[in-house]
Amino acid sequence: MITVSDLVVSYPSAPKNAVDGVSFVAASGKLTALAGPNGSGKSSIVRALLGRADVVRGSVSVTGNDVRTLSLTELARRVAVVPQREEAAFPTRVSEYVALGRYPHLGLWRAASKADDAVVSDALEQAGVTTLAARDTDALSGGEWQRVRIARALAQKAPALVLDEPTTFLDVAHEMAIFELLSSLARSGLAVLLVSHQLNLVARFADTIVLLNDGKIAISGTPRDVMKADRLESIYGWPVVITHDPAVGAPALVPLRRPLTL
Amino acid sequence: MTRFRGWYWLLLVAALFAIAAIAVARGAVSVPLSAVFEALRGRGDPTVIAIVRDLRLPRVMLGALVGAGLGASGAALQGSLRNPLAEPYLLGVSGGAAVGAVIVFALGFTADFAVTLAAFVGSVAAVLVALAVSRVGARGARADLRTLLVAGVIVGAFANAAIMVALASAEPNTIRGALFWMMGSAADANWPRVGWLAVSIVVAGGALIYWAREIDVLSLGEETAASLGVNAERSGRRVFLIAALLAAATVAAAGLVGFVGLVVPHIARRMGLRAHRPLVLAAALIGATLVVAADLAARTVAPPTELPLGAITALLGVPFFLAQLRRSA
Repeated sequence: MITVSDLVVSYPSAPKNAVDGVSFVAASGKLTALAGPNGSGKSSIVRALLGRADVVRGSVSVTGNDVRTLSLTELARRVAVVPQREEAAFPTRVSEYVALGRYPHLGLWRAASKADDAVVSDALEQAGVTTLAARDTDALSGGEWQRVRIARALAQKAPALVLDEPTTFLDVAHEMAIFELLSSLARSGLAVLLVSHQLNLVARFADTIVLLNDGKIAISGTPRDVMKADRLESIYGWPVVITHDPAVGAPALVPLRRPLTL
Repeated sequence: MTRFRGWYWLLLVAALFAIAAIAVARGAVSVPLSAVFEALRGRGDPTVIAIVRDLRLPRVMLGALVGAGLGASGAALQGSLRNPLAEPYLLGVSGGAAVGAVIVFALGFTADFAVTLAAFVGSVAAVLVALAVSRVGARGARADLRTLLVAGVIVGAFANAAIMVALASAEPNTIRGALFWMMGSAADANWPRVGWLAVSIVVAGGALIYWAREIDVLSLGEETAASLGVNAERSGRRVFLIAALLAAATVAAAGLVGFVGLVVPHIARRMGLRAHRPLVLAAALIGATLVVAADLAARTVAPPTELPLGAITALLGVPFFLAQLRRSA
């Protein structure tokens, strides 16, 4: 479980706080989505979680402990993060890459045991990338690469999983496949915190949406609570209507073309 | 995609021993291989024993150690700084060493130990300055490792400029001595030098192999490293310092032997190695083989003139790089 309490994050040269008094809980067994316009503070919360942002006030806790009191290794055992950007300098074999997820669990000589190997095969299977194990990471498509990154995070065997925009640059099918995977991981008991600006997708899959605007929580709750046309119009500054997904009835947002003015 | 097979290790070790045996046998006085093995056991013609044991063997071993150190250092730096062009010389080690050597040449000291010590002190000083500059550049603890790369390049450029200024007003003999030193050579090999270089390489190379898994994590970038429990900045600086000290020891022992640290890790990757523990080890073996071969060529291509070792390694390295570019184009 990840608990964010009254979190304030600021950057040295910025005129105002990037995150300004945000509180929410990403519970175990649930998919919690952190959504909002660009620059609303989503990624800063992830940085604060990793201890890579200046926390002015408040805290981020994982399974009951403030992340600032945990060593990086201990933190990595409790929460697995798939950061937004990651460009490996050199291609790696997929199996070796996923095995790096075991790093926080390795002993003094950093050698993998049979148990570690078993966890890696499980992670590959869970993410549906077992057949890619012998490939090099530079020979993967965008969708395959994201699944392999998720497999690496799963190999950490942490009770919480955080993903920062995992479906950027993916086509519809790959995007849906990743969300289905995250939803099933949440159902298996993980606390999944997903940072995404894909409101329609998170409205279909998330149990809770925390919608940020300008560093503050604009609205949070179930997708039905959050997907209100008037609120979203004022947050995004664009006219929208809300319809419903015909398959599962989840609310969906349609941004409107502005009427032509002659 | 090439897959690294277990027997490649045998191949790498066999190649090193084969080229080393040839290098001990060949030279101004060629000795048959059988006589080499006899001489190693202290049997046969005393002159041959002296040539093999006191002249050729220390020289070959020095060359192998220099190559091993540069190869391992380059592999670790490229991985931790996430840059395929990173190599010890680019990051100020060579520039600092050359400044140290030029200063003692200019002061009129040409004794072996003085130049060696000055080169070592110069390169360590340059590395420490690069680390300090990167900290100032980053304004705080959360320094990007790219800052370290840039700081190293800048310190190296400054050192090169300082050498040119120093040499512009130097005596011709000083210039000659400094230039020869900068071209790299294993000619001054002796057993004490082989001894201390071997100790440095075992200690620093061992440390790099120990931290190789951390280099694997570092090569994924700083945020991913943090998410796996590695403080990228602290760990990157540690690898940088160890790899630079390793390179500094080789520079103190044999001057500037260029291109090995840059090219050798790429050869190891071409063989299919990805993880840094085997990669650093393989780069050490390949580097050793390459420098022993280059030194053999330096001694035997145009006798009695001895060609500069650093120039030979660069002559071998450039075509390799061009071939690599062509293949990836």
